[in-house]
Amino acid sequence: MVIVGAGEAGTRAAFALRERGYTGPVSLIGAERHLPYERPPLSKDAMALAGAGMKAIADAGRFEQAGIRLVLSAAAISIDRAAREVKLESGVSLGYEKLLLATGARPRRLAMAENSRRCVYLRTHDDAEVIRAHLRPGARIAVIGGGFIGLELAAAARMLGCAVTVIETEKRLLTRAVPAEIAAVLHEAHAKSGVDLRCGAAVTAIVDHGDGVSIALADGASIDADACIVGIGAIPNTDLAERAGLAVENGVRVDERMATSDPHIFAAGDCCSFPLGVYAGRRVRLEAWRNAQDQGNLAARNMLGRQENFAAIPWFWSDQFDLSLQIAGLVDEGVETVRREAGEGAFILFHLAADGRLVAASGIGQGNAVARDIRLAEMLIAKKARPPRDKLAAADTKLKALLAA
Amino acid sequence: MPEWIVACAVDDVDEEDVIRFDHHGRTFAIYRSPEDEFFATDGLCTHEKVHLADGLVMDDIIECPKHNGRFNYKTGAARGAPVCVNLQTYPVKVEAGKVMIEIGGVHG
Repeated sequence: MVIVGAGEAGTRAAFALRERGYTGPVSLIGAERHLPYERPPLSKDAMALAGAGMKAIADAGRFEQAGIRLVLSAAAISIDRAAREVKLESGVSLGYEKLLLATGARPRRLAMAENSRRCVYLRTHDDAEVIRAHLRPGARIAVIGGGFIGLELAAAARMLGCAVTVIETEKRLLTRAVPAEIAAVLHEAHAKSGVDLRCGAAVTAIVDHGDGVSIALADGASIDADACIVGIGAIPNTDLAERAGLAVENGVRVDERMATSDPHIFAAGDCCSFPLGVYAGRRVRLEAWRNAQDQGNLAARNMLGRQENFAAIPWFWSDQFDLSLQIAGLVDEGVETVRREAGEGAFILFHLAADGRLVAASGIGQGNAVARDIRLAEMLIAKKARPPRDKLAAADTKLKALLAA
Repeated sequence: MPEWIVACAVDDVDEEDVIRFDHHGRTFAIYRSPEDEFFATDGLCTHEKVHLADGLVMDDIIECPKHNGRFNYKTGAARGAPVCVNLQTYPVKVEAGKVMIEIGGVHG
């Protein structure tokens, strides 16, 4: 078994192969020089807290114990599907019975920023180190993109004492996956902490000068910064799959079992698009930690001959300042929203389809105030439940009771 | 030297639920199982130090509110990724409507 990509999905798959009793060789190929590590902290605690360090998914001993061969600092450059071999840049070829592509995604680059040496992107631990070095107290930090990466880094930069400006093209923050009511809570938290938020602002030019970078906006404003973090989305790494002639559709196209158009090749995590059974097979691509784990697990089982379908509900979280947001399901599947208060300013929005079915739930509050209810909502979504609106809205109705109903 | 301390009243915890209990700078999670038995573990997940009392209890499993790490709260056993380190458990007894836990020694 060969796995290309040693992020969350690939690493999870490697261990899952062993947990499922596979005793043959397992090779895990990683592009970075580091042992596989967790990415979520890169924009959260590890950025905001001094010396938080890297959080390895597993230490070297566990890979050795599990008999997983780690091939680090290595790039897979081609797949010979007929011979079932993956060729590495080093010239080495690895034969496979089944191959998993867990190649992840890379930051979308901003053309205007290509000539700037003060514009930085976040994907890897090494990227995070570069950004961290800029976040000195008093440093002026511009953030282009009011999505999760941009906002989490903006919050971290503020907590480290930087002067932060966030520039977002859309009229509000987090337009892609977050309801306006929740985005508004985050907007307020950032504004209150002193982040200068510019929504509906288009960048027209980015120019480095002696000791900084100037970002010109369409309204005539100019923002001077010591460094500019660009967080405008991610692009799936599909080059290897495309060169091998695999079907690609907003990511490596897989079926509900995570198999690509070649039955010997599977894909999982940020790099693939897949059909979501719970939404009538709607094809999506997710950039989320738990999705990477779930798909890595499932791909491993199916690589060993199981025929299991992907059934997980999309779920993700974000931490900014003392607030934590969690969303289960896809919010845009809903046409109606029911709000439930969760105490101390925390609240949950239940998103219902036209037929009353619960299709998503989003919540925000301090710490883990909404975590348990979002988890229960996720189970209700999986059950395709149609909970009564008044019960969803009533804070004293336990969601667990609705699940049993 | 065993030290039994009162953690909460029996009625403070619903069936198949969990609450947080802090004592002298330590934090614990007190569980009531669907079978109406009480259990106690360390309060923080072994993965990223998140309070388990904000998590969801299902049968004999506590699920971490942050990353869905799962433990059997009766035995402390980690139940798969992302958690791989077991949770410390503590002896529990119920006396006169009070839930008491023993935190003097270390128990597996």
